[in-house]
Amino acid sequence: MYPALGAQPIYLPLFGHKVPAGFPSPADDHMEALISLDEELIHHKNSTFFVRARGNSMTGAGIHEGDLLVVDKSIEPVSGDIVIAFIDGGVTVKRLMKQGSIIKLKPENPRHKEIVFHEGQDLEIWGVVISSTTIHKKI
Amino acid sequence: MPIALVDCNNFYVSCERMFNPKLEGKPVVVLSNNDGCAVSRSNEVKALGIKMGEPWFRMKDISKQHGIIALSSNYTLYGDLSARVMATLANFSPQQEIYSIDECFLDLGGFDPKTLAEYGQKIRKTVKRNVGIPVCVGIGDTKTLAKLANHCAKKGLSGSDGVCDFGQLNSQRRSELFSSIPVGEVWGVGRKITEGLAKLNIKTVEDLRRASPEYLRQQFSIVLVKTVNELNGIPCIELEEAGTPRQQIMVSRSFGSSVSALDGLSESVAHYTTRAAEKLRRDGSIAASICVFIRTNPFREKDEQYSRSIVVPLLQSTDDTTKLVKSALIGLKSIYKPALNYAKSGVLLMGLHEKGSAQRTLFDDPAEQPRSDKLMYVLDSINQKMGKDSLTIGASGTKQRWAMRRELKSQNYTSDINELLEAW
Repeated sequence: MYPALGAQPIYLPLFGHKVPAGFPSPADDHMEALISLDEELIHHKNSTFFVRARGNSMTGAGIHEGDLLVVDKSIEPVSGDIVIAFIDGGVTVKRLMKQGSIIKLKPENPRHKEIVFHEGQDLEIWGVVISSTTIHKKI
Repeated sequence: MPIALVDCNNFYVSCERMFNPKLEGKPVVVLSNNDGCAVSRSNEVKALGIKMGEPWFRMKDISKQHGIIALSSNYTLYGDLSARVMATLANFSPQQEIYSIDECFLDLGGFDPKTLAEYGQKIRKTVKRNVGIPVCVGIGDTKTLAKLANHCAKKGLSGSDGVCDFGQLNSQRRSELFSSIPVGEVWGVGRKITEGLAKLNIKTVEDLRRASPEYLRQQFSIVLVKTVNELNGIPCIELEEAGTPRQQIMVSRSFGSSVSALDGLSESVAHYTTRAAEKLRRDGSIAASICVFIRTNPFREKDEQYSRSIVVPLLQSTDDTTKLVKSALIGLKSIYKPALNYAKSGVLLMGLHEKGSAQRTLFDDPAEQPRSDKLMYVLDSINQKMGKDSLTIGASGTKQRWAMRRELKSQNYTSDINELLEAW
């Protein structure tokens, strides 16, 4: 018979959470921040807006009905960019084409006509489309 | 030391126009909560002589005649765009004071004074392009002068390019300009002071600037003396930088139609408490007590009037919706008086402090806190993903008859994935 080690009871602080036991994870030292889609796709947080693509005028550029467009307003649009434009009270997504003083909004679908901007029309290039997301499987 | 005041033009209307091209060039007015009165007007509406605060029912005829488009206020949208504007402006100065949802002061000390107007243009262009909101910039040596310069920029009193830098005006030109502006336009000079000044024949900004500070101190208060000093380029009001966390959170609304039963009031109080608790958690704070208030409509003079509030202290500071609602409803029950037409209720969370600095009490259940945190986390995540009020506690009811009238509200373009701008 051995006496119990130390006759005094040991008081342990009562924690609400579990005390981890066992061998520490060897990966702990190699922890790094994980990949963030926000960081990959959004370059200017305060100038970035999401827009929903409608219709099929841009399918040739890989933009489909219901796609999520990431739009950056801070980028100066150049010819060839896919842009969101306000034209005559409507909102459209098209490829911007500038040739000299001619401004066109070109669809990427042969069944759609391109829009040639005329003097006297209201046109505002609202923002440049940076990326688009297609959902292939709804969960 | 030059200071700029940057102010968004017709801010709420500009926010609405940003997502709706059909509003461009049309008379547009944004109405207050419950679609009561005009809180933001497009230039076309201002030109029709419609004043700020004009009640909507009085505007209805003129609206029909001129095709005015009225919208309910969409504070979720305005709040987001305001944050974007302010963050963009913060890049232009090491010191920024956000003064309201649509204006801020920027310290421009250290810049070459000759280039400030140009810098103002750069600010204007950047905010317009990067966020989409038009702003005006006023530059002066004090906050009061910057405010006044902004007024001049907006009204086109000194050039018409949306920027006014008083530093560019020689003293004669400045006197002329100030002589043309009524004294009531000066920051801090309200209607009452304007009337008082008129009796002393002080009618324009120039009159006030030349008035004797000693004399004004006797007639009015030290505050007005500071204003006069500021108009003369002597800084008396310091730039205050943001960063002090909220001291209290209030959520209160007028009902769409009056409510008499305790049930209906309880639902509204539970709902507002839910909203307040969400804000509290977003700030990472906890509240020590909650104040509940109810009142009847003072404009319905035939009704019996009643207005009461009560502060309910919490046993332990919390950010848990269920606990806050429980306390709020106990408070409501104790001040409720039956058979009255209630027009408004609200809650105020008080004694806010940082979460984690909470004092434990004798009656704490240590397992309870993580449970509550987890529950609130799930609640917030679901509502963020599925839309506001997808998951609520039972006490806030399902019909919400008392809910705000916002029949003409635009979509939550930036905060709800199901309400985005659509491009064809």
